[in-house]
Amino acid sequence: MSLLEEELEAEAEESKGAAATSPAALTAFRRGFSGVAVPILTAVIAFIAGGLIVLATDHDPLTTYSSIFNGTGLNWLFPWVSGSERTLAAGNLQQTLLAATPLVLVGLAVSFAFRAGLFNIGGQGQYTVGAIIAVWVGSAFSGMPAVLHIALAIVAAGAAGALWAGIAGALKAFTGANEVISTIMLNWIAIWLGVYCFQLGGPLHAASMPSTPVSNNVAASAKLPVFWGSSTLQGLDVGIFISLAIAVVYAVLIKRTRLGYEARAVGFNPEAARYAGMNVGRTWIRVMLICGAFAGVAASLDILGWEFNLFTNVIQTSQIGFFGIAVALLGRNTASGNVAAAILFGALLTGTSNRNINLSIDPTLVEYLTFMIEGIIILLVSTDVITLRLLKGGRRIGVALKRRRPDEAGAGGGGAS
Amino acid sequence: MSVGSIAVAPTRAVSPKQVAIAGLVLGALAWVITIPPIAVRGMVPSIVLAALALLAGTWAVAGGERKLGIEAIAVAVLAVAGALASAHSAPATLKSVFVWSALVAATLRYATPLIFGALGGVISERSGVINVGLEGQMLMGCFWGIYGADLLHSWFWGLVVGMVAGGLLGLLHGFFSVHLRANQIVSGFGINFLALGITGYFLEYHYGPNGTPLNISMVPNVKIPLIQHVGFFGTAFGDANLMTWVGIALVPAMTFFLFRTRGGLRLRSVGEKPRAADTVGLSVVRIRYMASIASGMFAALGGAYLSVGFVGSFSNDMTNGRGFIALAAMIFGKWKPWGALWACLLFGFGSAMSDRISGVNSTLGTLFEALPYILTLVAVAGLVGRSRPPAADGVPYVRE
Repeated sequence: MSLLEEELEAEAEESKGAAATSPAALTAFRRGFSGVAVPILTAVIAFIAGGLIVLATDHDPLTTYSSIFNGTGLNWLFPWVSGSERTLAAGNLQQTLLAATPLVLVGLAVSFAFRAGLFNIGGQGQYTVGAIIAVWVGSAFSGMPAVLHIALAIVAAGAAGALWAGIAGALKAFTGANEVISTIMLNWIAIWLGVYCFQLGGPLHAASMPSTPVSNNVAASAKLPVFWGSSTLQGLDVGIFISLAIAVVYAVLIKRTRLGYEARAVGFNPEAARYAGMNVGRTWIRVMLICGAFAGVAASLDILGWEFNLFTNVIQTSQIGFFGIAVALLGRNTASGNVAAAILFGALLTGTSNRNINLSIDPTLVEYLTFMIEGIIILLVSTDVITLRLLKGGRRIGVALKRRRPDEAGAGGGGAS
Repeated sequence: MSVGSIAVAPTRAVSPKQVAIAGLVLGALAWVITIPPIAVRGMVPSIVLAALALLAGTWAVAGGERKLGIEAIAVAVLAVAGALASAHSAPATLKSVFVWSALVAATLRYATPLIFGALGGVISERSGVINVGLEGQMLMGCFWGIYGADLLHSWFWGLVVGMVAGGLLGLLHGFFSVHLRANQIVSGFGINFLALGITGYFLEYHYGPNGTPLNISMVPNVKIPLIQHVGFFGTAFGDANLMTWVGIALVPAMTFFLFRTRGGLRLRSVGEKPRAADTVGLSVVRIRYMASIASGMFAALGGAYLSVGFVGSFSNDMTNGRGFIALAAMIFGKWKPWGALWACLLFGFGSAMSDRISGVNSTLGTLFEALPYILTLVAVAGLVGRSRPPAADGVPYVRE
């Protein structure tokens, strides 16, 4: 974040051009070039590093990656892919977009908090409570008109997520509790709450499945309609439009509303915002409520779109909230960036999921390759220095490191508080 | 403190603090008497004790001892709830849950990996580096520990290999957070994912679908000669794992190091006032690097305990959030080794209880699993004393 800006400032100072040193030119440069190039390069580095591990363990990275690419269904975009291959590609692309749908929203749940100087690690927990409520509303209120039922389930899940995140926001506002720690704790509480609800003998356990810890199935009236592909073979449902619409809402919220302005001001400098008459605590709570709502809605789109029920082991092994952190970081907290990063991670998850890998490569290896690539991406986005250095062809190595000033400390500290 | 209480103070026989402590004890007793071995049936004695505890707590709060007083009140309320739960359980059920010797042994088992992890957290955060990567470092120790033990046919070298793997991840975390001044929480999460990927990948690569072999050299249990067969003590402490004792012994050692040696003072000064430490000639970067590496090694030992010390095999994501519980224990223990130990034992006790309750009522056992996290949430909210991190925790240092 601030590292990038400083490097750019250093760059601008070097160029000594009057236009290049103006803040407007800097912003334009950042938005127009590095803003896109750095995330892309970050992803490329991560893929190369992952490829090296594949290579080191006697596998061919090129076949692995081409197999992953075909597994994502992105080859559907190539006009020369035809016949049964095209049908398969379409099915895979539907899965990629299905995976990207909630990722956009859990990414936004992290992004909006980031803008307000909060580090919302609680996307996982907010998603989990959203999923619990969505599957409960979706299965319990059968017989409602479809549109109403869907709306009720989505709103209820969003409210549950908002409540969950609001706890962390309120604790931060009233007691100063660090939101990083409280959201991590809330994640685990949510997971055990979910296990409690759906385990054998749990209050929401499906009575029809006496030996499986799972919820009831979502009623037909609460299922999101599929518009591309087969509705029985997990085609693409309309949830993606809801997700994209919320991304637009986020863009408007952050740029055009008072709350968005206050959030950014508080994120930039809470003390200054307080001095300017803003209620910092209230802004934190509101921002967290909205973040939680994003994550809760994300869960409802999964539940109502293709999952239809919730197993306790799915609750325990889900990593989606943490993928959301990667999406937000790679997407640089912007709406469009989140959408792009969500599609990248959705593709990565789909391309490496077991059933899509051809038999020449051990699918389990490829699955864990995803985690490695994601880990490397997160590490690289935690600081822009490496990527930026590469971007500039390795010039001035070490210079920027010496130039950095301490005022970035806030960004490195407990969630830029 | 009000003027009135100052005027009264000299005439008091007991201080509000003593009253509050008495309230805490009475409150705890209100629950303890309802469970074996005492197992009083009926609510009356518990209610009387809890009422006394409430009274003592309230009085202490009025007398100016707010923190302990509120704790006494909270304990009294919880004790009534616990006593109610006991009263509604059959005596036989209570007896099967509260087998104290087995509970203590299980508490130690569950606490061991947490102790190592929490000590790793203490050393890193005391130097000013937030380590959310504990989970990943534990996982590395967990897998590479068993890999080393299998390859070198020795649990000792397994632990060493695990520690090296965790230390390398600590070095990586140090490189990002100290050298590149990355956002430490983000890089910690990166570490966690990287570890999940690496361990899963190499488990599959080395062992394939069959998993780790069965005849792994394992860390032995310590059979204490005198008390090994002596009833309660025999079951509780007579046959604990070597690593449990090592972990507990590390707590005073770490306390001594942090608070009584020059190195510890340097480490803490770097975490509290790096600028001042730098001014007197300490290398902030070097100390933080070393603390990061040590942190990774400690955490890795905790992970290795799971695979080489306890289970004897490795499965994907085996640590399953224990790194985060260790982090929570460190915070709950207020960034101090002893505090972290008590927190680990408390959380371990929660898991042990959860296990035993699951035997009777599995739904209730699950809720117990959430207990450490709820307690930590309460702790960070400042309701049970303030948890204050080192002043420069998570703040990258820049020389001027």
